[in-house]
Amino acid sequence: MAGGVLAVSALVLTGCNRHQSALAPFGLEARSTLGLTVVLTIGAAAIALAVAAIYVAAARAPEGRLSHKGGMRLVLWLGAIIPTVVLTALLLWALPAMRPLPAEAGDLRIRVEGEQFWWRVAYRPPGAPPLFSANEVRLPVGRTVVFELAATDVVHSFWIPGLAGKMDMIPGRTNRLVVKADKPGTYRGVCAEFCGLSHALMAFDVIAMEPAAFDAWLAAARTAPPRPQDRGAALFAREGCASCHAVADNGTRDIGPDLTRFGERLTLGAGILAPTPENTAAFIRDPHRFKPGARMPAYAHLSEDEALALARWLKRTSPEEGR
Amino acid sequence: MSDERRKWHERLNVTLWTLIIPPTVWAGHFLFSYLWAAISCAKEGAFAKFPTLFVAGTVLALAIILLSGWIAHRQTGMRGDSPPHDEGTEIDRLRFLAKSTLLLAGLSFVGVLFTALPVVFIGDCR
Ligand code: HEC
Ligand SMILES: [Cu+2]
Repeated sequence: MAGGVLAVSALVLTGCNRHQSALAPFGLEARSTLGLTVVLTIGAAAIALAVAAIYVAAARAPEGRLSHKGGMRLVLWLGAIIPTVVLTALLLWALPAMRPLPAEAGDLRIRVEGEQFWWRVAYRPPGAPPLFSANEVRLPVGRTVVFELAATDVVHSFWIPGLAGKMDMIPGRTNRLVVKADKPGTYRGVCAEFCGLSHALMAFDVIAMEPAAFDAWLAAARTAPPRPQDRGAALFAREGCASCHAVADNGTRDIGPDLTRFGERLTLGAGILAPTPENTAAFIRDPHRFKPGARMPAYAHLSEDEALALARWLKRTSPEEGR
Repeated sequence: MSDERRKWHERLNVTLWTLIIPPTVWAGHFLFSYLWAAISCAKEGAFAKFPTLFVAGTVLALAIILLSGWIAHRQTGMRGDSPPHDEGTEIDRLRFLAKSTLLLAGLSFVGVLFTALPVVFIGDCR
């Protein structure tokens, strides 16, 4: 029954959350881990049931039915030999799953740096200049991708539950996580190591795309969406946003998230808010209302109208867009 | 039974000291494996190509454990004293230590195997 309950609750849980769940895998590593989890859970439940059944049988057995010798033999087999064999078999089966996936020099590398409380992303396709982004990771299905994980301030941990196990991001070193997605879709990753006040608000969107669509996106993303020299642009310049953010070639990527293709993002503020112009404007005026401890100053002196103009300008993905 | 008539492994009586041989060998092998992996990863950046030393060390550890297990097994077969069992006797003590050594040898044997397996399968520093 325990096995059944677990299987049902696993189904229910995946029903609730297909985007961020190790029970709803979309990559090789998470898939093999799920296989292990299911077998171990059902196996453990079966063993618990069998032990309980033996207890009951022993307690109910009529007097004189059980011998000391038989009991000792039971202990030897069920207590020592069979567990050893089962554990050895499980070890032999599980160890290969711990081997990192093989990666080649020609595989796409994506560098992700954790920062309080957002993610700096750089796509590094072989033989091409890097493409910068933030708070979102796109990857081609069916191809090996090498994540190079680092941090600049404190330890973070990069975890896309549906794709692979978590991997720490440690200042001063680069960890490699090799993955292969196998199901297109939109998923979510999180920071899995407490890193400060807004640790629980540090997530990102993961978009697994068909290889051709990914290649097309990567090529198109190299041209920044043209933005008009309107009021938004003037505010961006006047308020000095470029001292922390980059929009195309204007600004820096060393301090805050790259905003070049901010309009494309599925969420705002590293996976926490719907990316509407209104939310963006509210975030600009008071980021700490949404993310305590965020490293962006509040622009409370901006009027709602000004903040909205800035937000609309940042959210532009194409010149025709007249929002 | 005089000492002359007993075989050499029967003359090697198990003691508390020989009891700890199998777990000590296991601990040594464990430490050796981890240090070896850590040092070769740190210094060479990779596992050694032909881990001859590792294979030899593992075989040696298993052999020592098997040997002490076998000696202990022979001694558990000794005849105990006949009743009444009013107090502990030399032979009871020996049989008890022998049985414990045998059980520990079994555990240590499996322990060494389980320590060695990841090296065979993983061979990667990450
Ligand atoms: C001192 C540096 C700094 C300045 C100046 C700054 N920001 Fe930020 N900004 C940040 C940081 C750091 C974050 C990431 C906050 C987080 O999610 O933890 C951020 C996040 C954002 C985001 C959300 C990005 C995303 O991917 O969801 C927007 C939009 C934004 N800033 C707009 C602005 C605008 C507009 C200005 C100018 C009015 C501005 N910022 C000025 C540092 C700065
Ligand atoms: Cu974090």
